[in-house]
Amino acid sequence: MNNEKITKGILFIASLIIILISAGMVLSLVRGAIPVFKEFGLGFIVSDEWNPSEGREVYGALPFIAGTLITSVLALIISLPLAFSTSLFIGEYYRNKPISKIIGTMVDLLAGIPSIVYGLWGFYVLRPFIVQLGLSPQGFGIFTSGLILAIMIIPYATSITTEIIQMVPNDLKEAAYSLGATRLEVLFNVIIPSARSGIVASYILAFGRALGETMAVTMLIGNSNNIPGGLFDTGNTMASVIANQFGEADGLKLSALIAIGLLLFVLTGIINGAGKLIIKKFA
Amino acid sequence: MTISNLNIKEPVLSIHDLSIAYEEDKYAVKDVSADIKKDSITAIMGPSGCGKSTLLRALNRMHDLYPNIITKGKIELNGVDIAEMSNINLRRKVGMVFQHPNPFPTMSIYDNVIAGYKLNGIRQSKTERDEIVEKSLVDVSLWNEVKDSLQKKGTFLSGGQQQRLCIARALAFQPDVILLDEPTSALDPIATAKIEELLLELKNKYSIVLVTHNMAQAARISNQSMFMYLGELVEYGKTKAMFTNPSDKRTEEYLTGKFG
Amino acid sequence: MNLSLTYKFKDNNDGGYRASKNKVFQGLVIFFALITISPIILIIYTLVVKGIGQINLSFFTEIAPNTFDAMTAVNNGKIIPGGILNGIAGTVFMVLMASIIAIPVGILIGLFLYENPGKFYANIVRDIADILQGVPSIVLGLISYIWIVKNVTMGYSALAGSVALAIMMLPLILRSTEETLKMIPKSLKEAGAALGVPYYKIILRVLIPTGFSGLLTGILLAISRVVGETAPLMLTALGSSVVNFHIDKPTNAVPLLIWEFYNNPNMVNLIWSSSLFLMAFILTLNLISKRIASKRGAF
Repeated sequence: MNNEKITKGILFIASLIIILISAGMVLSLVRGAIPVFKEFGLGFIVSDEWNPSEGREVYGALPFIAGTLITSVLALIISLPLAFSTSLFIGEYYRNKPISKIIGTMVDLLAGIPSIVYGLWGFYVLRPFIVQLGLSPQGFGIFTSGLILAIMIIPYATSITTEIIQMVPNDLKEAAYSLGATRLEVLFNVIIPSARSGIVASYILAFGRALGETMAVTMLIGNSNNIPGGLFDTGNTMASVIANQFGEADGLKLSALIAIGLLLFVLTGIINGAGKLIIKKFA
Repeated sequence: MTISNLNIKEPVLSIHDLSIAYEEDKYAVKDVSADIKKDSITAIMGPSGCGKSTLLRALNRMHDLYPNIITKGKIELNGVDIAEMSNINLRRKVGMVFQHPNPFPTMSIYDNVIAGYKLNGIRQSKTERDEIVEKSLVDVSLWNEVKDSLQKKGTFLSGGQQQRLCIARALAFQPDVILLDEPTSALDPIATAKIEELLLELKNKYSIVLVTHNMAQAARISNQSMFMYLGELVEYGKTKAMFTNPSDKRTEEYLTGKFG
Repeated sequence: MNLSLTYKFKDNNDGGYRASKNKVFQGLVIFFALITISPIILIIYTLVVKGIGQINLSFFTEIAPNTFDAMTAVNNGKIIPGGILNGIAGTVFMVLMASIIAIPVGILIGLFLYENPGKFYANIVRDIADILQGVPSIVLGLISYIWIVKNVTMGYSALAGSVALAIMMLPLILRSTEETLKMIPKSLKEAGAALGVPYYKIILRVLIPTGFSGLLTGILLAISRVVGETAPLMLTALGSSVVNFHIDKPTNAVPLLIWEFYNNPNMVNLIWSSSLFLMAFILTLNLISKRIASKRGAF
């Protein structure tokens, strides 16, 4: 009996590890952020001044919060019709057909491409294309980064939605068809209402993913510390400012970057938590 | 109150006032007392949910795996309280065979038979191991069928053969008691007949307790039978006598198919 | 059973209005689905066309060239010498260390969750793992910077990089372990117990061997996830021009090297071959784990 207790004890201690890591993370972020909050108060969150020059340091996170939210929302809007159509394709129209397997595999491949490769492709292929279309002089900015983000989050938006759509029971659909409904009508009157929360949750999670993307956005957004005014303005996001300005950051600047990391952590935590909660309640 | 006309001297297992609950106040087994005869087949039968599997699994302390289960009462193996033994030692003396044949899928047939020794880290010489494997497989009449494929995994065997393999695995320890929980309910009639034949041979050396939902099976092979209903041990006696002349009305109704 | 309902077009009294709406919508769905897969085709095409030329044996055996050599080669229209050995070595080193940290812990926690289904504390642990999984990798780099770079190795180091990667791998391994174990029939565990085997031996010699392919799949997927990460390494491992295996010194990694090439006008041509290599590696890992998963068969 003794060694059973020991075994269970070891497993329990292991479970504590993950709790310690998470708690430790929160603590370290908060501790690191305190200096900059002490200096600028909560106004840090809504201030848009960013000046790292010595002696006149001012930091404010607003441009980056704005940049993050705007690019991610844009990414969601662009990816929605694409991801949703793909889910419908795989989960309903061509379900269990070989073509769905191919499309599904290719969408999975999208998920496997590292962020930096997306950035490179975006920089060398997408950007010149946008310049060619005359949308922007250099091709950097909110639109380009939003576009690349949209492509990156498509697999996440597609996979859960597809599963949920496939889970709608057959007899519900048959009842609708037996009343003479067309496929489109079954889709909008039976399948989607039935799967609604799951679909919403999957887009929330995709949004959460977009919020934290670093490399691809850094390479395409232009890295200017201002709140973007228009679709083709340059800007910056929380993740990319941390990556870019980390270099030799020290003292107050480091604290500012950590504070931004904390904000990003909280933001993604809330969004992901909400998405997971909806899925739990639904499934 | 159990109606019992058995008088068993030196029982291999002795159950005293056993009660088992899965949840507070929901007792699956209520105040069961019985002695199990040595080298004999005792069947436990009754309708679904009567507590027969729960009772069986108490005999090798299987319930220890599920800490929510409440157990009251005492069980003795050859006079020793099983709660005082380490459950590892208990399970070497009381073996178990399950309803669905479950040979370990990652082990060969050979390794499956001596799995009890191997998993416990008991070192043996190759000759000792070979002997045990051969003897156990011979005892379950599987030796000739598998002696040339001992290194293969057991999953290619038929359901009946897999179940005999599982019995061989339980026999490798030469236990005092073998517990079988509906061992043939997942098998076809021919495989079932073979297992019943096997049990009739084994009872000469092993004490066998068999849970079955098939009363014809109990009638065919058991020496003593217990009838359980809603957690109570209603009647317990020599099989022939109980089937031809049940003492309790509920036993009679079950045996004549009025419920179950 | 998942039956796909085949829908046969029926004419109805509405004079085909509903019917044509239906067809148009289906057309839109197909159209958008095809657009969705076009990026992957385009990206792989770009990588292959631009990168395949640079790949030869020295690609794998030599370290990245210094900027002067690269400039000379470009000016003379020759292939840039050198390879990405320092990147490959660093990636292998850090992923190995991250695995050593994350795999045992992940499996143990997965076992804990499997052993305590439905319990309040276990659910909290699982929820925390899910939250951890959603944390952006740059934040994990920040954490590892604070914990390791500032307090343990007093400087950028391979260890810091590994820790960041390990924290990324942990939730993935933990979850896949729990899912794999849940699929093993209970009677196998009970059969082990019935043979009087102590609990930890049942874990080591029945549960883990039986669930081995599932566990391996989870591990391979976790590895393929971290192998392409750049951001956290920028804050922790920093990069290095030589091959080194010191855990307390900075080291390079393939994605970091790609970032270096990108930022150096003389080495820019190397980005395609390195990216092609990285992608091929990730794809291979995914393929292998899919093969393992499908070969699993019944327990």
